[in-house]
Amino acid sequence: MLAAVLVYPVFADSYSVGNSAYLLAWVFMALGLCLLWGYAGMLSFGQTFFFGIGGYSYGVLAINFGGGGMTFVALVLALAFAAIAAVILGYFMIWGRIGGVFFGIVTLSATLVLAFFLGQTAGPEWRIGSARLNGFNGMKGMDPLCIPWFGGSQIYFEGTYLYYLVVALLVIVYLGLRMLVNSRFGNVMVAIREDPQRAELLGYDVRKYQLITFVIGSVLAGLSGAIYTSWGQFIAPSSIGLPAAAMPIVWVAFSGRSDLTSVLVGAFFILYVFQMITVESQQAALVLMGAMMLATVLVAPQGFVLGITRWIGRFASRRKTAAEKA
Amino acid sequence: MLAEIFSFLYQFADVFAFLILASAGLAIVFGMMGVINMAHGEFIMCGAYVTVGLVNAGFPLILAQALATVAAALIGVVVELSIVRKLYKRPLDSLLATWGLSLIVTQGMLLIFGGSMSGPGTPPGSFTVGDYTFSIYRLVLFAAAIGVLAFIYVVFMRTKFGVYARATMQNAPIAQALGVKVGKIYALSFGIGAGLAGLCGALYAPTMTLIPTMGATFIVESFVTVVVGGSNVLLGTAPAGVLLAIVRSGLNAWGGQIIGQIGMLIAVILIIRVLPEGISSYVTRSHRLPATEEEKS
Repeated sequence: MLAAVLVYPVFADSYSVGNSAYLLAWVFMALGLCLLWGYAGMLSFGQTFFFGIGGYSYGVLAINFGGGGMTFVALVLALAFAAIAAVILGYFMIWGRIGGVFFGIVTLSATLVLAFFLGQTAGPEWRIGSARLNGFNGMKGMDPLCIPWFGGSQIYFEGTYLYYLVVALLVIVYLGLRMLVNSRFGNVMVAIREDPQRAELLGYDVRKYQLITFVIGSVLAGLSGAIYTSWGQFIAPSSIGLPAAAMPIVWVAFSGRSDLTSVLVGAFFILYVFQMITVESQQAALVLMGAMMLATVLVAPQGFVLGITRWIGRFASRRKTAAEKA
Repeated sequence: MLAEIFSFLYQFADVFAFLILASAGLAIVFGMMGVINMAHGEFIMCGAYVTVGLVNAGFPLILAQALATVAAALIGVVVELSIVRKLYKRPLDSLLATWGLSLIVTQGMLLIFGGSMSGPGTPPGSFTVGDYTFSIYRLVLFAAAIGVLAFIYVVFMRTKFGVYARATMQNAPIAQALGVKVGKIYALSFGIGAGLAGLCGALYAPTMTLIPTMGATFIVESFVTVVVGGSNVLLGTAPAGVLLAIVRSGLNAWGGQIIGQIGMLIAVILIIRVLPEGISSYVTRSHRLPATEEEKS
């Protein structure tokens, strides 16, 4: 599987490779939400909030630092800003012990207010250093990620380079999350999801675990935002507000929130299909997204991709036992 | 000086009316069923569109607004029967289902009706206090907000339906065992919630440009009011409306709309740290404690 992903750029044209990198950039956000919602039971509607903070921070910093190797410093700082925002927002929500539906709507309110705020920053007075925020039209002109190379040349992470960078990061993040959920920390996380009170009585500081999880999931959304901004050298408030905020929820719900692998595969698949329909009509694609969300909840609450995989697995094992019996 | 004070009160009344009208329907549905209706903004949009459509067809404004409210309520009952009903045991899933519905409706409307649709314009009429001119329609909106609260009080505290509804809210299985048709109560409550959302849209339709995504302009205010208010409309949403309107109108006057909105959000985040269950739990705590003492004995 990984080998196929790695040799793919050799066969495909450069446009599709760049496009795959773009699609993969969103998967971090989906994995973050999968961790938050599927494993820790915190349904955050604020993934695009952190996506926006990551993306805008990267943009503002990359413009002010003036490109070159400093873009990676901008990336790291952008993630740090996303983390700080997650700590602040998470502290008030988790220490206030709001749960369930309120967790969702408070994070969504924060997201929408950020989108409104950035939407009205059109005037020339809205600038940070030399970076114009540009309101609804979005901020543009930041350098893509770039490292200085030998002999004074520079390698810009675009097209194939960006693809490999994103794939490498994705492998690291995926394996890291797998290790995390299988570790002691991950077990506590699931225990809290199942019964916070029991976990607390067993001596775990529920709030600390929840806050750390919230920060990890949110920083992954910030990473998506920063890579997205670097890919298109552009970010606009429309990728933060409605209906963008619903997208990660659809990917994760449809794929199956309780399994990282399902989300990884499912999110990429949905993004791919979604992009094909968006070319025809964005509204039709979003109607489809809504229908997918509704169908998931009513027909397969555990998610379609996960459900189908399990069904195939059960089918296969039944065949196997039948074969053994015979 | 008097004019300044009146001006501030007017701003306060304006924001208060907006918060109450936008959130009353959402609060009723949440209070009764524990469901956050993410399609709340779309019921508001529905009310606005029906109002403008009927006004353009020659109906008088008030009649159009009344019919729009009824239309939204009927659609609400249909949504409850077909979707929400199946999900009462899974509140998070009902959130997702109604969000999916909201996406389908807004984007479907964009496909069918396209972009914006102009409203009939704010009904004229203004008066002056000192150097300032005020719109009468804004005061009508304030009166409507008070009227909505009075309506909720009467329906839930003074009618048989209200007794059944409160019984269901407190303990649905026992209410059902005592012969309350819980399903019907839920459907009606959802209908009332949707109808109040429709009323909100109908009342604000003359003051704004109609776009299919207009629900989003109401939804933050309705969310935060319900979060601060908690599950009881009269004891939670109303005081939450007063509190947030003071914060919001003060900040609006000082730094403009967007500062007002950000400030309100920050206030909400600070409030949930102290009162995670909302104002209504704080207000009713004094009532609840003796009850638990009785339960002990």
